[in-house]
Amino acid sequence: MSNLKVVGQSKRRYDGMGHVTGSATYVDDVFVPGTLAVKVLRSPVHKGIIKKLDISKAESLPGVHGVITYEDVPCNTYGYLTLDQLVLVEDLIRYKGEPIAAVAADTVEIASEAVGLMALEIEKQAPVFDPVAAVEPEAPKVRPEGNILMVGERPYRQVYNGDIEKGFDQADEIIENDFFFPSQEHAPMETQVSLAVPTDDSRLTIYTVTQGLYFLLKQIQRILGQGEDVSDRWSHRHQYTHHGVGYSDIKYVSCNVGGAFGGKTELHADAIAALMALKTGKPCKWRWTREEEQLHSARHSPWLMHFKDGVTRDGRIVARQVFTRHDAGAYTGLSSYVVDKHAFYCAGPYYLPNVDVKCQVVYTNKVPTGAIRGFGVTPGTYACEIQMNMIAEKMGIDPWELRFINAMRNRDQLATRTKLDSVYLIETMQKLAEICNHPLDAKFSAMNSDPREA
Amino acid sequence: MALLEIKVNGRQHRLEIEPAANLLTVLREQLFITSPKVGCETGDCGTCNVIIDGKLRRACLTNAMSVNGSEITTVEGVGEKGALHPLQTSFYENYASQCGFCTPGMIMASKALLDQNPNPSELEIKEALSGNLCRCTGYVNIIKAVKAASDTSGQEVGK
Repeated sequence: MSNLKVVGQSKRRYDGMGHVTGSATYVDDVFVPGTLAVKVLRSPVHKGIIKKLDISKAESLPGVHGVITYEDVPCNTYGYLTLDQLVLVEDLIRYKGEPIAAVAADTVEIASEAVGLMALEIEKQAPVFDPVAAVEPEAPKVRPEGNILMVGERPYRQVYNGDIEKGFDQADEIIENDFFFPSQEHAPMETQVSLAVPTDDSRLTIYTVTQGLYFLLKQIQRILGQGEDVSDRWSHRHQYTHHGVGYSDIKYVSCNVGGAFGGKTELHADAIAALMALKTGKPCKWRWTREEEQLHSARHSPWLMHFKDGVTRDGRIVARQVFTRHDAGAYTGLSSYVVDKHAFYCAGPYYLPNVDVKCQVVYTNKVPTGAIRGFGVTPGTYACEIQMNMIAEKMGIDPWELRFINAMRNRDQLATRTKLDSVYLIETMQKLAEICNHPLDAKFSAMNSDPREA
Repeated sequence: MALLEIKVNGRQHRLEIEPAANLLTVLREQLFITSPKVGCETGDCGTCNVIIDGKLRRACLTNAMSVNGSEITTVEGVGEKGALHPLQTSFYENYASQCGFCTPGMIMASKALLDQNPNPSELEIKEALSGNLCRCTGYVNIIKAVKAASDTSGQEVGK
């Protein structure tokens, strides 16, 4: 063990010296001569139809180099899993702050003035914000196809194992509770920034704040490449205005990131900065204001969770039925992946023989939600653990003991029908009890994670 | 255009600027001194903190012409690699930065404090940093770093 070089030692941050001397470079610290400032016209309403958009006054303002609308976007749809989000609104506005048009100008002031000169006529429509109201048949439609994400034929993601009704029949008590997990904004100190620089070799260099360089490279390539996936094309270099922008046409550069917490996983500023650079042929920087960051960037979705557990008198949870609503906001984003994670983890690290988890994605006229610190898992775990404490209280069992009774052991099967090996939950809890001086009954101190007797 | 003469980090500058330009824009976009960051542009977050004639100021709320003739210090002027200020060493060694975006502003606010009060109490450190936001660290290590860099607490931390 003595030849370990790093384990057991405290190492300084590799980027710490840059932080304390001010030499660390963030996207906004990259300066390219002749860079234009980008500003975006965002929707002033939560829901509506664009009746008219006149950009002529903005275009003719001295100092303005270019204005783009959806017509300038080679492929206007994008998304992680469902290609439903629009770079720039075509007619239907789905949330307040949705980008409608963008301008690049010599200064931020001129760009802002140009945005003010765009004549926008909107026919306002009634929005829906409450995910419970949004599933009612007469609720305003966030999307023409409906306010619930269909998972195959079902209006929810389901994880089912065992026989839930049989499970409840075996129970002595049924314990039901509702949980709410509110929305949250990441609020990184550095707002979203993107700098797109066209270069002489027909490439486009994009300096980005993203946490997911390769996730977004694929999305940008699709947007600039007229929807054709030529991500495998590495050798052919085309003019960007051409059909077929490939991976090799985009140089995607990541800088120091000034806080993200998941909030820099979505395509926030890069596509529009890139499109403006292609429109004007000049470097374009779009830095969001603090107000834009707080109001319009992706956030943690709110969750409504209903847990119904069947428990025997000796503390075994023999059935768990969960129904969850995940408020996705206006677009799918990562929601279909998030409900998967949520549904897989709602049973917690406990062996529950009968599980029925249904998790529904609901659309509302709010900012699309996105990645943040274990999204999907965090709300489910929160609800699961509070539910455990409530079960313990109701059944008159020590909350520690309840967890020992139900803890996963080796060869136990998850609700997703994965058999586990190398499980150490019981041993971990024993150690924890020791550290915080919580007395354990001898029965639980003597337990281990060996397979349970059949 | 207006003519601005300022001394930044010991170096005299003579610049033509927009009369309404704020000091943050001039430092970043004309002098390329980028440690003061754009965090909120409304004076709420403290990432743009600089010291002007010995006083802590928000560069984003300071009209550049209003400080004509002044002496300005940013974190680049506090110390550099190989010749760090005790506060910089202390922030580095106490893991007081995570993303680092707020760090220059934190160091400037801490320096303004220690210049006036070399041996502050924990409460005084907290008060001095109350105008600086950090979203990563939870502040604990930042306060620890300032304590470690101040006169007597250096010994306490060494214990």
